[in-house]
Amino acid sequence: MKQKRKAFSGIGQLIIPLVALSLLILFNLFRDPGFFSIGVAVNSSGNKVLSGNLISVIDSASELAIISMGMTLVTAACGGQDISVGAVGSIAGAVFVKVLLGASSINGGIVVLGIIACCLATIAFKLFNGALVAVFRIQPMIATLILYSCGRSIAYWISGSATPQLNSPIISAMGMTIPGIPVPTPIFAVILVGLLLALLFKLTNTSLYTQTVGINQGAARLNGINPILIKLLSFVILGVCVAVAAVIGVCRMGNLSHKTLLVDIEMDAILAVAIGGNNLGGGKFRISGSILGAYIIQMLTTTLYAMNVPPVNVKAYKAVVIVIIVVAGSPVVKSKVTAMWNRLRSGGSTAAVQKGVRG
Amino acid sequence: MKKFVALLLMLAMVLCCAAAMADGIKVGIINLDPSESGYREANVRNLTETFTAENGYDATFVTAPTADKQLEAARGFITAGVKYILVSAAETTGWDEVLTDAQEAGITVFLFDRMIECDPSLYAAAVVSDMRQEGETAVAWLESLGLEEYNILHIQGQLGSAAQIGRSDPLTEKCAAEANWTIVREGTGGDSWDPNEARKIAEAAINAGEKFNIVYAENDGMADGVVAALDAAGITHGVDGDVYIMGFDCNKWALEKLLNGEWNYDGQCSPFQAVKIDEMIKVLEAGGQIEGLNDLNQIISEEKGFDAKTITQADIDAYGL
Amino acid sequence: MQNDAVLTMRGICKRFPGTMALNHVDFTLRKGEIHALMGENGAGKSTLIKVLDAQNAGISTVYQEITLCPNLTVAENMFIGRDPGKSVHWKEYEKRAAAILDGLGIPARPRQELSRCSLAVQQMVAIARAVDMKCKVLILDEPTSSLDEKEVEMLFKLMRDLRARGVGIIFVTHFLEQVYEVSDRITVLRNGELVGEYAVADLPQVELVAKMMGKDLNDLADLEQVGQKSLGGQEVVYDARGLSSSESRPFDFSIRCGEVNGFTGLLGSGRSESVRAVFGADRVTGGKVQIKGKTVKISKPHDAMTHGIGYLPEDRKRDGIIADLSVRENIILALQVMKGFFHPMSRSQMEKFADEYIQALQIKTASQDTPIKSLSGGNQQKVILARWLLTHPDYLILDEPTRGIDVGTKLEIQKLVLKLAEENMSVTFISSEIEEMLRVCSRLIVMRDRKIVGELSGDDLTQGHVMKTIAGGEQ
Repeated sequence: MKQKRKAFSGIGQLIIPLVALSLLILFNLFRDPGFFSIGVAVNSSGNKVLSGNLISVIDSASELAIISMGMTLVTAACGGQDISVGAVGSIAGAVFVKVLLGASSINGGIVVLGIIACCLATIAFKLFNGALVAVFRIQPMIATLILYSCGRSIAYWISGSATPQLNSPIISAMGMTIPGIPVPTPIFAVILVGLLLALLFKLTNTSLYTQTVGINQGAARLNGINPILIKLLSFVILGVCVAVAAVIGVCRMGNLSHKTLLVDIEMDAILAVAIGGNNLGGGKFRISGSILGAYIIQMLTTTLYAMNVPPVNVKAYKAVVIVIIVVAGSPVVKSKVTAMWNRLRSGGSTAAVQKGVRG
Repeated sequence: MKKFVALLLMLAMVLCCAAAMADGIKVGIINLDPSESGYREANVRNLTETFTAENGYDATFVTAPTADKQLEAARGFITAGVKYILVSAAETTGWDEVLTDAQEAGITVFLFDRMIECDPSLYAAAVVSDMRQEGETAVAWLESLGLEEYNILHIQGQLGSAAQIGRSDPLTEKCAAEANWTIVREGTGGDSWDPNEARKIAEAAINAGEKFNIVYAENDGMADGVVAALDAAGITHGVDGDVYIMGFDCNKWALEKLLNGEWNYDGQCSPFQAVKIDEMIKVLEAGGQIEGLNDLNQIISEEKGFDAKTITQADIDAYGL
Repeated sequence: MQNDAVLTMRGICKRFPGTMALNHVDFTLRKGEIHALMGENGAGKSTLIKVLDAQNAGISTVYQEITLCPNLTVAENMFIGRDPGKSVHWKEYEKRAAAILDGLGIPARPRQELSRCSLAVQQMVAIARAVDMKCKVLILDEPTSSLDEKEVEMLFKLMRDLRARGVGIIFVTHFLEQVYEVSDRITVLRNGELVGEYAVADLPQVELVAKMMGKDLNDLADLEQVGQKSLGGQEVVYDARGLSSSESRPFDFSIRCGEVNGFTGLLGSGRSESVRAVFGADRVTGGKVQIKGKTVKISKPHDAMTHGIGYLPEDRKRDGIIADLSVRENIILALQVMKGFFHPMSRSQMEKFADEYIQALQIKTASQDTPIKSLSGGNQQKVILARWLLTHPDYLILDEPTRGIDVGTKLEIQKLVLKLAEENMSVTFISSEIEEMLRVCSRLIVMRDRKIVGELSGDDLTQGHVMKTIAGGEQ
């Protein structure tokens, strides 16, 4: 057990996602040298905005990147995933829209109020999940299955109609671009959430406690950590992430479609966490890995769309690439590669065993 | 939670009261969950507004998202001795036994919106949409524009679904036949007809420098997603714009976009089967025969296509979901 | 003689990044012998065994840490994965399992869930599994570290039986007496290198220890007097009356400032459960606790920590180490928790503390960043010890701190305990080895059947007295 890989310390688990991302970038550059060129367009509101595939990828991955951050923490603390993020996101969207449409007109104050209400709602629902997982020790997948299956009905019940519309320059500024700033607003949301998390890690022991609880809950308790609180905390953080992602999703479209808001994002989020080299069984984690994972997934999607792959084949292509990335990051392949690396470096060790098992 | 209470009450009614008093025509209606879509919401509303006591009915409604719940409800109706059962089935198979039982009990069955795979003699009539006809209407409208070139961004629905096939085929056939009709990009919103996915596909097409002048999206949500991408890229669309926008389903909000001139066309997928069924029941009650059925016992709903240039607020009120 | 060899290894090398775990080691195992493999932690014993185990044919290994499936039954554990492809007849397997367990005198029923058996019995089931597989070479890695004396005797009987049947047994242990009781030959490793192979009769115990430690063992005399035992001062640091938990019956217990006392008794007598109650590790159900004269409430480990109590748990792997975290994080964990959620230590502070204790306790690790799981057992234990010393507790509870670790480290820990007591720390020390307890404790609390049955101090602290008290039947 002493061969704890030197080769994988430092940026460690980020090697695989970084290599995958670089390969995707190289592939695109080879295929179309202009793939990453960034242009300036004037959008329908008359604002100058940046355009191009790179901007598309970073912009479109925003919701996924944000939710992946929260998912990473839940995964690390609970050793399982929350599959209700999409459904709870739909509820969050419904609450946000409800607040905004309840006001006489949409202004900055009411939007802030809407976001706060939306956060409170997601936190409440995530605490429900968290309580099932942390207090009642139900496996996360099962505990979150409840909201996964009924969340979108609850969203419909809250919003009261199928596709409520939000028409306001504030909404389009939040979902697309703020006049005068050419970068899509969702990108700033990712940066904001990332910074808030970084600050949280800096000012508190969230990271150490979460890893400790995820690796060895019993030992964590014997060292004075309350595993239940830490797990609940991870769900609260995920709740905030989901709320932000939901607001972005609603603002992008300018309406709430409870059936499709953040649809299937749970699977992509889990995938992002896995591609980022995080152990889905909990324990050590790296948020940056998951963010990379999110951008890899989006880069892949955009690449396939840019290549004009027939719609029937998109999923299959995506699956093949993802299988390759995940397998490359698997412990078996990693240890094989590490062993090869060490052999190359040290010129080989000798192990000779003679055996004479006689009958 | 209201819904669950309502569901319970309905079941209770089915089991106990329905057989008792009331002098209207006893009808049991099995539908899907109204939260499924704007379409379903309008469909449920249409039924409840038609089969009222004032209209001479004693109707019981059950909305259930799954086949087993629906079958259970159907058995309940048979036990309760209703005269008519109306079904929009969650699954196309598995109904033979229940429908046979209903027939033996002398109950007349109508299908609406969705077909069931069984012997057509097991139901009196099926009031359904013809998705292919919706597609043909849309393509005919496109052709009537008389453009020199048709460069189409085609966003498909859930691959393999009846709506997707019906709405895609006339377009692809037309493009194969006509030299100036080209599908420049083809994508799908996936199983959930995801507008966000449609947006990404449009973005990729724009980034690749594809020039298209028509967006043929197979539902309103995905059309909206494409429009978001066009807006971000500053590409004009609608009545005075560079790109024609076409959607399907006739959601109220979508029709309003037509009225505003942001979109150009919306194809109807009528959820309003109640009136037709009401007519047929009245005919049967009067001892008459249902006419105009095809060999699958179907009656095809009449479905329109709305043009932004001709749509009125009255249309929106009447046909918007 | 060479013809009798069932296993010959020549010039084995195994390199891990940064270290040479095995350097041209030779090893020979003969038919029908019990061959002790000795060496300090990190000497290369485990590596050698793993190299062997990887060879598969006819070799069975029973590891120190149980590697069975706790949620399967005893019989399932004994037969699972055997005869793959054949249909499974559990009825028959249960019968066979019953016969084997009976033959070996293992107190377990075939249909019992393994996790419901004591650690000792689980260990024996693992051996029973290996035995039934009719192996030619049986490797026992620290098989006795969690067995009590009676169970050890049982195991030895079994080992002798197997030897008579011609099985070659490699026996890895830290208990010197046990080596001399059953082994025929001894191979000593040190720092990955072969020191030598000896017949037991030719190697007195003192010399063996000297060879393992690579020293001329004048220190062995120190074994008897690791330091001055500390009786402690007058101030009572911790006092409990009628303390009980979900796992322990009500008991009274106290410790004075600078005192080293200990709980002793057979496995399962309740000694670990008692200290767990003190630390609040199990649900506390009653009792009155005073710290330095003040009544306090300790219902969870965090309470105990804030009142200056530290606790090194019995099961290092399960309750002690945070396996994937680095040595540094493992060292600072308890102190960090005491500082509070909103007061994280700076990286440099952590590094300083970690360095300090890695040096003070001579923890052998490639770096602070090394995950603790890749350290040897003894060094893992030192890390946990460092974790608690760093919190500067007034009262430190050490439950089996020397289990499964080498003689040298054992000695170090014993010395350390006495040194801490000298510095006025109170220590409760629990060990399965009575000699060790007698060496460091000035007062022994004896438990039997989850009750305190006696307290020994002063001249009563002899092996005979302790045995008698444990055995019961007070005269």
